[in-house]
Order: sequence, then C-alpha cells, then structure tokens
Amino acid sequence: MTINVTQLLSQVVMFAAFVWFCARFIWPPLMRAIENRQKQVAEGLAAAEKGRQSLESSARQAEQTVAEARSRAAEIVGQAERRAVQIVEEARTAAKEEGSREKAAAKAEIAQAYTRAREELRGHVAALAVAGAEKILRREVDARTHGDLLADIQQQL
Amino acid sequence: MAAGTEFSATGYISHHLTHLKGTFFSGGVHLDTIVTSLFLGVVGLWLLYAVARRATAGVPGKLQAAVELLVDFVEDQVKSVFPGDRSMVGPLALTVFVWVVLMNAMDILPVDILAIGMTPISHEWRFVPTADVNTTFALALSVFGLMIFYNIKVKGLGGWLHELFCTPFGSNPILWPFNLAFQFIEYVSKPLSHSLRLYGNMYAGELIFLLLWVWAASGVVGAFFGALLGLGWAIFHILIVILQAFIFMMLAAAYIAMAHEHH
Repeated sequence: MTINVTQLLSQVVMFAAFVWFCARFIWPPLMRAIENRQKQVAEGLAAAEKGRQSLESSARQAEQTVAEARSRAAEIVGQAERRAVQIVEEARTAAKEEGSREKAAAKAEIAQAYTRAREELRGHVAALAVAGAEKILRREVDARTHGDLLADIQQQL
Repeated sequence: MAAGTEFSATGYISHHLTHLKGTFFSGGVHLDTIVTSLFLGVVGLWLLYAVARRATAGVPGKLQAAVELLVDFVEDQVKSVFPGDRSMVGPLALTVFVWVVLMNAMDILPVDILAIGMTPISHEWRFVPTADVNTTFALALSVFGLMIFYNIKVKGLGGWLHELFCTPFGSNPILWPFNLAFQFIEYVSKPLSHSLRLYGNMYAGELIFLLLWVWAASGVVGAFFGALLGLGWAIFHILIVILQAFIFMMLAAAYIAMAHEHH
C-alpha cells in the first residue's frame, strides 16, 4: 500500500475528464430522452382521460336523445290512436246518419209509391165498378152526367 | 504465476499483489492500475455514449432501456440526498458508479487465466484498479476537492470559515479550537473512510481468491474445494462489487450535498 503522488494526480485528471465527458455528452441526451418520454406518456394519459370523459358525456347525451325520441314517439302513437278512434267514431256517426237519411228517403219513396199505387188502383177499381154497373144496367152511364156519382163512389173505395 | 520453480504460497500471493511499476512525468506510478482503469473508464463511458447519442424519446431499444434504468436509478439515488441542481452531481455519480463497478468486476476474472494472456507483455499485472489504494484515494480526493469547492461557492469563504470555527459546539471564542479540531477530524475522515472502505473490500476480495487458488494448487482435493469455494466467493463477490460501487457513489453524492447545507 504505497501512495504515489504522480499516479494519484493522473487518476484525478482521468476522473475529471470522465466526469466532464459524462456531464457533456452522456447525461444531457439521456435525461432529455427520459424527460421527453415522461412528458409524452403524461400527455397520452391525459388525452386518454379526456377521450374517456368525452365518450362518457356523448353516451349520456345519446341516452338522453334516445329517451326524448322514445317519449316523443309514444306521444305521437298516442295521438294517432286517439285520432283513429275519433275517425272511426266520426265515420260511424256519419254512416249512421247516412243510413237513417237513406232509410227515411226510402220510406218516403215507399209511401209515395204506395199512395200512387193506391190512387191508380182506386181509378182502376172505379173504372171497373163503372164498367160493372154499365153491364148491369145495360145502359151507358154518362160519365159527364154521373160524374159526381162516380167520383163519390171513387172516394168511398 | 512466475516461471515456476518450487511453488510457495507466499511467493504466489506476493507475486500476484505486485504492481507493474512505471514512470510517468518522472514520477513513479503503477502502470497496470492506470492502464486498466483508463481502459475500463473509456469502455464504460463509450458504451453509455453510444446509447446516449442515439437516445430517442420514443420506444427505446433494449440497450437504451437498460442504460435508462441505470441512469434513472442513479438519478433517483442522487435526488434523495441532493435536491438542488443535479447537472454536475448526477453525471459525477453515474461516472463513479459505472467506472467503479467495472473496476471492481475485474476481481471476478480468474487471475491465473488472465496471466496467461498477460505474460508475453508483463509478468506483473494487477487487474483490479480499485484494489490499489491510489485509485480509490484519487477518487475520494476528487470528491473532497469538490466538497471544499462547493463549501466556498455556496457559503462564501467567510461563511465556510465561520462554519469551521463555530460549529458544531457554538460561536463562543473559547470553543473555536474545539470546533476547528472537530471539523478537521471530520474533513480528514471523510476521504479516508471513503477511499479505504472500497480499497479494503476489493483488496480483501482479491486476497481471498488468491488464498483459494493457493489451496487449489495443493492437490486434487484442494483443487475441488478451491474451485467450489471460489465459485461461492465469486457469486458473493458480485454483490460486493455492486454494493461497494453503490456505497462509493452514494457517499460521493452525500459529501457534495453536505457541502451545500448551511448549518
């Protein structure tokens, strides 16, 4: 165990040169690389977090929109159902009215036809009665002179 | 092993603990320590530099991920003791850790197999620079210098002198000598304990390997148990290699951090 001053000094110089080289050429680029990567990773994580949040918020928004649309659709369906019921009701009423009107018209026609037929029949019967009376009497009945009589008979029929 | 005549345990061990001496700027040095530590420092830093040059903030390659793990670990440890600007202490801690780990790890390599390769160049070559007290003391002394530098830079010369004379006991002039003596002991013990802890661990590790190889030279049974215990010690030594480098790094960071603290 001997201390040599020359060797000591040469190794101090060697050490100083190594430290200088390390501080100048090795430490800074490595630190820069490490710190840049740390920054990149931190940024990536922050971006991922932001993306997750925006996904969450848009999912919430979508849910809300769907819920709105669903309630709107239900409302529309309800309206449509009510409208359908109304239309059916209206149609039924209209049909009923139309039916009763047509029935009334038909009744009136029937009544008219009945009256007409009756008048006709009455005429025929009067003519028949006159013809019968003519045959019975063998004599011409003057329609003009006995018109009142005939009319009276016709009325009685 | 030296061109073997009769095998002697003492000769074997002292041979393996002999440094290759050289002259450098007309001063005596351990050439093996200087060359090995320089080589390991260059290899370690070159590896880090190769990664740092192509470092990307995007998806890292496996090597980059490993280096980043190491750098992040060192950064975390330094941050825990040194909350301020780490643009100097961080690289210092990283350099110390990588360099000391590599130098310590030389202990795991089997000395006699390395010696086969080294014999044409030199019979004497110690491969563990941190088992040379000069290396650890040079590192500790550098940290000590930085500690003094930051003391003066942060507190000012007056502030530091005030701290030397007035802490820890109080600012009464009667207490000044005691304060100064206390601070002196503290300042001397820091680099000593810093360097000797690493040196002692690595030297002892090397010595235990050598003792096991001496046993291995004694015969078949010795070879078997020597190899078995050598394996066990090598595995345990992986822990010591990393742990001592970590302690050395943490102490360096802590000493420099303490220089920034006001009392």
